[in-house]
Amino acid sequence: MKSPSDFELSRRKLLAGSAASIALTAAPSIVNAQVPAVEAAVADVSAEWKVSFTVNGTARGLTLDPRTTLLDSLREHLHLTGTKKGCDHGQCGACTVIVGGRRINSCMTLAVMHEGERITTVEGLGTPENMHPMQAAFVKHDGYQCGYCTPGQICSAVAVLDEIKAGIPSHVSADLNAPPQLSNSELRERMSGNICRCGAYSNIAEAISEVAGRPA
Amino acid sequence: MRSFTYERARTPAEAAASAMRKPDAKFIAGGTNLLDLMKLEIETPAHLIDVNGLALDKIEPTQEGGLRIGALVRNTDLAADTRVRRDYGVLSRALLAGASGQLRNMATTAGNLLQRTRCPYFYDTNQSCNKRKPGSGCAAIGGFSRQHAVVGASEACIATHPSDMAVAMRALDATVETVRPDGATRTIPIAEFYRLPGDTPHIETTLMPGDLITAVTLPKPVGGKQIYRKVRDRASYAFALVSVAAIVQRDGTGRVALGGVAHKPWRVEAAEAQMPNGAKAVAARLLADARPTRENAFKLALAERTLGAVLAEAKG
Ligand SMILES: Cc1cc2nc3c(=O)[nH]c(=O)nc-3n(C[C@H](O)[C@H](O)[C@H](O)COP(=O)(O)OP(=O)(O)OC[C@H]3O[C@@H](n4cnc5c(N)ncnc54)[C@H](O)[C@@H]3O)c2cc1C
Ligand code: SF4
Ligand code: FES
Ligand code: FES
Repeated sequence: MKSPSDFELSRRKLLAGSAASIALTAAPSIVNAQVPAVEAAVADVSAEWKVSFTVNGTARGLTLDPRTTLLDSLREHLHLTGTKKGCDHGQCGACTVIVGGRRINSCMTLAVMHEGERITTVEGLGTPENMHPMQAAFVKHDGYQCGYCTPGQICSAVAVLDEIKAGIPSHVSADLNAPPQLSNSELRERMSGNICRCGAYSNIAEAISEVAGRPA
Repeated sequence: MRSFTYERARTPAEAAASAMRKPDAKFIAGGTNLLDLMKLEIETPAHLIDVNGLALDKIEPTQEGGLRIGALVRNTDLAADTRVRRDYGVLSRALLAGASGQLRNMATTAGNLLQRTRCPYFYDTNQSCNKRKPGSGCAAIGGFSRQHAVVGASEACIATHPSDMAVAMRALDATVETVRPDGATRTIPIAEFYRLPGDTPHIETTLMPGDLITAVTLPKPVGGKQIYRKVRDRASYAFALVSVAAIVQRDGTGRVALGGVAHKPWRVEAAEAQMPNGAKAVAARLLADARPTRENAFKLALAERTLGAVLAEAKG
């Protein structure tokens, strides 16, 4: 099976090729005939962009079609496939990464919008030999079944504990002006942007509670 | 997603001028609504102006005793600002009731105001939609309209505005500040910012092409109990069916705005005179011109009951 990046690459080549053949006014090739004229015409406005950012402590430079999302740049260009694509529309949280210390959906932002920023993916939190406490707690509490949502859950959970520490309130905080509690309902509300199709929620909540230092 | 050229703007005036110069240009801030729509080719800008480098990310006190919120202040930071929590609780609450933690970390003040409807027919490019494709018709009228507007709608469009934040901003009488491509600035009271659909539902605000929002200003705090109550199909991470933003003073007077019922945050100042008389009286006035469909008529009762719960909470 072709990976999406192969597809993107070949599509881009195809477009560039067809634009070039129009320029040369060669007899229309089969490829050329299949590409609608409008697409050929816009192909050259999608100039490539250089972007550099730090991923898991390593400086990385990429030359990208500006349409590339941060998620696709991580998975398809840097081959960091820990971060998952679930919905690609901001609805599931599988693509959650930490940028500049804050969790975001990497599918809903362009890579070129992150020049100079510090990005942490699940691979950067820990390794199988040296797991982050949140990763270890997910293993201990069986905080997953298929595991597809797990990298997003773990990145989100790490950031959630920082958000509570920073005093950021949530929808369920009873008092906006008091420091937020580490209660189960707080953790659940804050994790609601991470959907688990397998329904491992109660084990996920236990894993996070353990790292937070309270019983679930 | 269609191809586009990309630019990082350095000053607000430059961003606005560039938007005027380039046909089909769009600003991109958090990207959480625009990219969603670009992936579906509902939005097809030929040029993207990234405004994230503009220094519009501060919340500053105004001379009048209010707050000036930069267009790029993230929803998380606005909700967590200690002054907003203390003096404009309804705004914190509305923000925290919207989207998810990850999305609020990206979403900006201006982007939130300008997010587009969640009408499912607007999202489905196989359906007719006057908002997406002017003149093509409205598949929601006569279709599944449970989520749609009950008041202020037209024969052309019955969509609602999905923002929670905007409902609180309406109750707080916020003003939107813009810079025009020629460098001129404008101040638009939020009451005049959103348009009803009429026969041009694709024109949603009174902004002119190229206008860049630079800030949203809140007047001096008005005190009172500030409550945002959102009713939705799940307890979290869902758009409102009906929401109520209320500021209730000790004597029972105050302000209310509704979300989820119209093409814009719905506030009728005359209805507020009824606040000491209870929710039924307020709702009757607020929704006097309602024309619900069979599927969304439940919103009328839901709005009245939600108002009732909010007024009771304010007393308690
Ligand atoms: C799964 C999901 C659930 C959500 N749930 C909710 C919810 O419950 N409640 C809610 O209120 N919202 C919800 N949202 C919507 C979210 O709040 C918006 O997507 C977000 O606020 C948009 O802000 P942004 O900065 O990302 O905007 P962008 O996507 O960057 O931009 C949106 C629009 O604003 C324009 N724009 C941006 N900045 C400026 C500026 N300075 N001047 C002029 N124009 C500008 C852009 O050109 C674009 O047209 C949800 C979104 C998703 C994906
Ligand atoms: S209600 Fe408005 S947005 Fe929805 S299909 Fe009709 S015209 Fe489009
Ligand atoms: S893949 Fe990004 S939120 Fe689903
Ligand atoms: S473990 Fe399968 S989706 Fe969460």
